[in-house]
Amino acid sequence: MANSVEIKNLDLNFGAFKVLKQLNLDIAEGEFLVLLGSSGCGKSTLLNCIAGLLDVSDGQIFIKGENVTWVEPSERGIGMVFQSYALYPQMTVRGNLSFGLKNAKVPKAEIAKRVDQAAKVLQIEALLDRKPGALSGGQRQRVAIGRALVRDVDVFLFDEPLSNLDAKLRTDLRVELKRLHQQLKNTMIYVTHDQVEAMTLADRISIMKNGVIEQLDTPEVIYAKPCNKYVADFIGSPAMNLFTGQLEGTTFTAEGFSIDVGGYEFATETHSDTTAWLGIRPEHILTGDAAHTATYTGTAEIDIVEPMGSDTLVWVNFAGQSVRVRTDGQSGLKSGDALTIGFDAARLHLFDMTTEIRL
Amino acid sequence: MADMTTNTAADPRGPKPKRTFSRANIFLYGTLIVVSMYYLLPLYVMIVTSLKGMPEIRMGNVFGPPVEVTFEPWVKAWSEACTGINCDGLSRGFGNSVRILIPSIVLSIAIASINGYALSNWKFKGSETFFTILIIGAFIPYQTMLYPIVIMLREIGLMGSIWGLVLVHTVFGMPILTLLFRNYFAAIPEELFKAARVDGAGFWQIYFQIMVPMALPIFVVAIILQVTGIWNDFLFGVIYTKPATYPMTVQLNNIVNSVQGVKEYNVNMAATLLTGLVPLVIYFASGKLFVRGIAAGAVKG
Amino acid sequence: MTVASDPPTHSQKRPRRLFKNWMAKLASLPMILTALVVFVGGTAWTVTYSFTGSRMLPKTNWVGFDQYERLWSTDRWIISIKNLAIYGGCSMILTLLIGFTLAACLDRKIRFESAFRSIFLYPFALSFVVTGLAWQWILNPDFGLQSVVRDWGWTSFNFDPLNNPDIVIFGLLIAGIWQGSGLIMCIMLAGLRGIDEDIWKATKVDGISTIKTYVVVIIPMMRPVFITALVLIASGIIKLYDLVVAQTGGGPGLSSEVPAKYVIEYMFRAQNLGQGFAASTMMLCSVVIILIPWAYLEFGGRKRG
Repeated sequence: MANSVEIKNLDLNFGAFKVLKQLNLDIAEGEFLVLLGSSGCGKSTLLNCIAGLLDVSDGQIFIKGENVTWVEPSERGIGMVFQSYALYPQMTVRGNLSFGLKNAKVPKAEIAKRVDQAAKVLQIEALLDRKPGALSGGQRQRVAIGRALVRDVDVFLFDEPLSNLDAKLRTDLRVELKRLHQQLKNTMIYVTHDQVEAMTLADRISIMKNGVIEQLDTPEVIYAKPCNKYVADFIGSPAMNLFTGQLEGTTFTAEGFSIDVGGYEFATETHSDTTAWLGIRPEHILTGDAAHTATYTGTAEIDIVEPMGSDTLVWVNFAGQSVRVRTDGQSGLKSGDALTIGFDAARLHLFDMTTEIRL
Repeated sequence: MADMTTNTAADPRGPKPKRTFSRANIFLYGTLIVVSMYYLLPLYVMIVTSLKGMPEIRMGNVFGPPVEVTFEPWVKAWSEACTGINCDGLSRGFGNSVRILIPSIVLSIAIASINGYALSNWKFKGSETFFTILIIGAFIPYQTMLYPIVIMLREIGLMGSIWGLVLVHTVFGMPILTLLFRNYFAAIPEELFKAARVDGAGFWQIYFQIMVPMALPIFVVAIILQVTGIWNDFLFGVIYTKPATYPMTVQLNNIVNSVQGVKEYNVNMAATLLTGLVPLVIYFASGKLFVRGIAAGAVKG
Repeated sequence: MTVASDPPTHSQKRPRRLFKNWMAKLASLPMILTALVVFVGGTAWTVTYSFTGSRMLPKTNWVGFDQYERLWSTDRWIISIKNLAIYGGCSMILTLLIGFTLAACLDRKIRFESAFRSIFLYPFALSFVVTGLAWQWILNPDFGLQSVVRDWGWTSFNFDPLNNPDIVIFGLLIAGIWQGSGLIMCIMLAGLRGIDEDIWKATKVDGISTIKTYVVVIIPMMRPVFITALVLIASGIIKLYDLVVAQTGGGPGLSSEVPAKYVIEYMFRAQNLGQGFAASTMMLCSVVIILIPWAYLEFGGRKRG
């Protein structure tokens, strides 16, 4: 399938500060791509560059095969949805939806048709004559999406569209967005700092840090095989447990324990002995009977228990550090108890100590 | 307040009893009332004086209410009072002031709001530098710029005319008004501006269709600021206009402080009140917006 | 659908630097002209010509610092400076004191707050000319305050600032404070309202008295507001002109002359432009002296950007 959006060697500097560095990204037609990262990583900046709201310092941007690097935002064939909704407060919902079309001198009948269509898709027909001030947060965001929808464009850009909503509404709209994507099959580029949104919505996730893409892959791969320590630490909540130690042959030795990593799927066929990070996700630490049959079995002392209903997060002291373990919701564990824990070699992650790249 | 009566007879229950006339309250309201008298005195004196006849003024005291109310001084101040050889009263100054005020307001606010919009949404290289110079310029004593402006106005043939003064007011109103609009527009979420650009709106479309409708309150504040400022101006009026185009304040000063003839204090006070009437009406009509205007101009700056 | 060809097709020409954003630049032209031509250009012109012997018309016969020497040996200028210093000092202290006290009173959740505020602020809506004339009448020795108090029985009462050169400046001060203190009250009130309610709750729990809270906690917190107020008062004092013209005309004699009036007299009446330019340059210098410490306090402490 052809690429819908292509970014080639993109640079963006604010004065001496390099926000985006030699960035390359290809987004396929109809793909849902999420740009994920902590604040200041350049994800919103990248989106603004694609939209044409920021001038790039170097590099090129193609949309539908056309070089749009110097093209005005309105002529790029994009629609954009903002975090603060950015609805024009003095216009009605209908006015908001049709403003862009009026500027593009679309005939009146056509405007009315498209507005009605968008309103139907988003179920905001009843709100068309209201002003944004009279709408709830969720309704406003629907109108904001509608504004992108009526433009009848190929690429949708979302800049943290759900961040201003409360938790319940966020979940609902997330599902709706996914449904919308399945229905419209447009290319969508979505910026967020929320990893749940990223995991649930994305076809592919691009994890960014300091203006560079750290990893670009499907949610499954990013979760199961993070390419470096930063991604491993960033994805997953609660975060992955990390131990420092020495890797010799297929044995990893840390302070207080040692484990055979023969069952680990190494990234390369051969690897030399090195100091390394060993990572394991809290939900992959085995407890109870399963722990006894694991590659490694050990005992830890329970420090704090945080019951969350569906599951329980247990903080244990193990190998001289605090380790997070995720267990069953009804475990009945108490602070001070001893807990048997087990690590499965196939579920481990190993990263080189100096390069922090996955081994 | 601090003083509470303690009730030992019964257990404390329900709202704590308070004394309305506690010492702190008496002190507080006493201070406010005494100070209020200082602020109200001149207005009161002006009003009563302007309603008295001259014989009564020569006999009585300035604080006494008029025994016989007469509106003669007001009529005289408006249509007969003399400045030099002209004896057509303050009405001419009033007319001049209005003819200065309206174009000055329109021009200065139009320019300043566009400046503020460009400064907050369409920054270009050097725009902040020009703005900084503009703001620093607000602190330069007018005296330093008076004469160069005389030369400039002479060059473009507007010296002594109403339009020359309009230009001067526009120039000297620009720093504060631009600051006012820039701060207001900067507080509007940038995303709104981005959304409009994605929607294909240009510089003027965004200004007229998005920004101006959102900025109506600040336009009112700016108008209040300019009406009082321009109406009350004396310095520019006296320097850049000629007797035929003198604004009201200048004419008032010339009437009251003229050394010829007998001093008619009642006419003088009526004339003073007439001159102060426009800003006073604006002040009392606008209420909180006036306060907001000066607070926005002062504190945020 | 077209696939990206190599080299990429340039459907648009890159807008040139100068014309990028050209509409914004065009719209900003009045601002740029004002800033550069009137403010920078005008000031530079005046400073330059203060070194000439210009009389009726500006001429470029350079005389070095002659105008400044003459200025500082002119009694009228010395009196003007002294007057401004006395007026300025008193006005700053009194205006701040009155402004803050009134604001604090109004902030005590009193009744009729907006009525009181209107009363304190309305003089600010009036011009200095109106202010000066009103107080000229109240202070009139034959009919005003002095005669009224004497009529009440205190026959030796003597308060005649408009005819007594020693106290004329206080006559101006009464009027000036009447006109301007409302503004400072307003700014102080805005500052007080900006203080977190929790601060008051905390001091109440700690048992600190109201007055002590103001002195120890609130006033230090309002430092930026005080600085703003001071700058505002100071810039107003230097511009002092209309009030003097209306209320005293600089008299009796030269006893209430001020620098701004000196400049205008020499420029437009005495036809001695050089003197006027030199005097206005001195005014500019005094502003710079006030402004630099302020700018340092405002922007020096926290770094920009």
